[in-house]
Amino acid sequence: MPSLKDLKNRIESVKSTRKITKAMQMVAAAKLRRAQDAAESARPYTERFNAVMAGLASGAAGSASAPKLLSGTGSDTVHLLVVMTAERGLCGGFNGNIAKLARQHAQKLLADGKTVKVLTVGKKGRDAIKRDLGDHFVGHIDLTEVKRVGYLDAQGIAKDVLGRFDAGDFDIATIFFSRFENVVTQHPTALQVIPAQFETADDADTTLYDYEPSEDAILADLLPRGVSTQIFAALLENAASEQGARQSAMDNATRNAGEMIDKLTIEYNRSRQAVITNELIEIISGAEAL
Amino acid sequence: MANLQFDLVSPERRLASLAASEVQIPGADGDMTAMAGHAPTITTLRPGVVRVVHDGGADEYVVIGGFAEITASGVSVLAERALPKDEVTQDSFNAMVEDAKAAYATAQDTFENEPGPVDDAAKLISDMVAMGGHIGLSSAD
Repeated sequence: MPSLKDLKNRIESVKSTRKITKAMQMVAAAKLRRAQDAAESARPYTERFNAVMAGLASGAAGSASAPKLLSGTGSDTVHLLVVMTAERGLCGGFNGNIAKLARQHAQKLLADGKTVKVLTVGKKGRDAIKRDLGDHFVGHIDLTEVKRVGYLDAQGIAKDVLGRFDAGDFDIATIFFSRFENVVTQHPTALQVIPAQFETADDADTTLYDYEPSEDAILADLLPRGVSTQIFAALLENAASEQGARQSAMDNATRNAGEMIDKLTIEYNRSRQAVITNELIEIISGAEAL
Repeated sequence: MANLQFDLVSPERRLASLAASEVQIPGADGDMTAMAGHAPTITTLRPGVVRVVHDGGADEYVVIGGFAEITASGVSVLAERALPKDEVTQDSFNAMVEDAKAAYATAQDTFENEPGPVDDAAKLISDMVAMGGHIGLSSAD
């Protein structure tokens, strides 16, 4: 049975925890709005880009001279998994879910006898991956210093990935990130970026374009940019998801702390009354004994 | 006569979406001016200035990398980096030229015996310097 003083201390400590989680929730909510705006303003570029690329790619896919980024290296034995997570924790299952998806993917590939290499973006993912897939870990890109992800950060990651591809380090690259749906739902997603895949819309316009300089040259120029674009979109989705996940996690934590305070307060009052009753009994029985 | 839909988007934001009468684009093979009814064309961009003429006057944007999609009724410019001309300062221009020079150095290191990428990187620098001259900024050598 904890003493009255212990209970009082616990209540105070839970109260200050609640204050912190409440503050974190509000900060996450504000950051979420900004992250959503950023994701929103990046959408037109990504959509137009993919539309044009899909048109170009469907024309070039058949030809033997198609760039490797589009047609692949011809084999699928070495897979690069780019696992993108947050730099910070305390955001519910956000980091864990992405790492789990990547791990399952890796285990399936390993069971099929493929070689797996893992590149991580984000400190939390690196920690989780190093624990389970330490042997396959090939590199980490640090974004700790980055306050707001910009296109340059995505370009940096893409450059790293493309450099490895040009060096023949892998055949297929897949990125793992969390797609933002709303504050309570984020979907861990795997997306293959090399060789590039484009969804061809059914109602794709069949305009015949003139290409300057040439179709091949444009394709060769745009494919590496496509990788950056997809990574950038993924980074933005991730940023929004992270804040969303943190907001709901902190909301839960605040509520739990509130419940705990209520419970502890009841216990505190009960013990206080018990102490008073005890004292009364002692006084009364003392008086009776006289 | 503003009957050409002009869109300029960069990965980070949409810079312009308006009705224009003509758009001048720094294509990889040379400048071109698109007006309504232009043949559908896709061209890559070299660093340069996009000039948009509309009812209220003309706007200029500095663009680096990317491509433009021209149709009979509109022009979309998807630039990797784009800034309104007024926002380009000597400092940010210098930074861009530095980037191009760094890319040239890497290209020289990586592709020692292949002229293609090195020439491309060299062309990027000269395009960049030419663009600077066009908008009244000098490149410090």
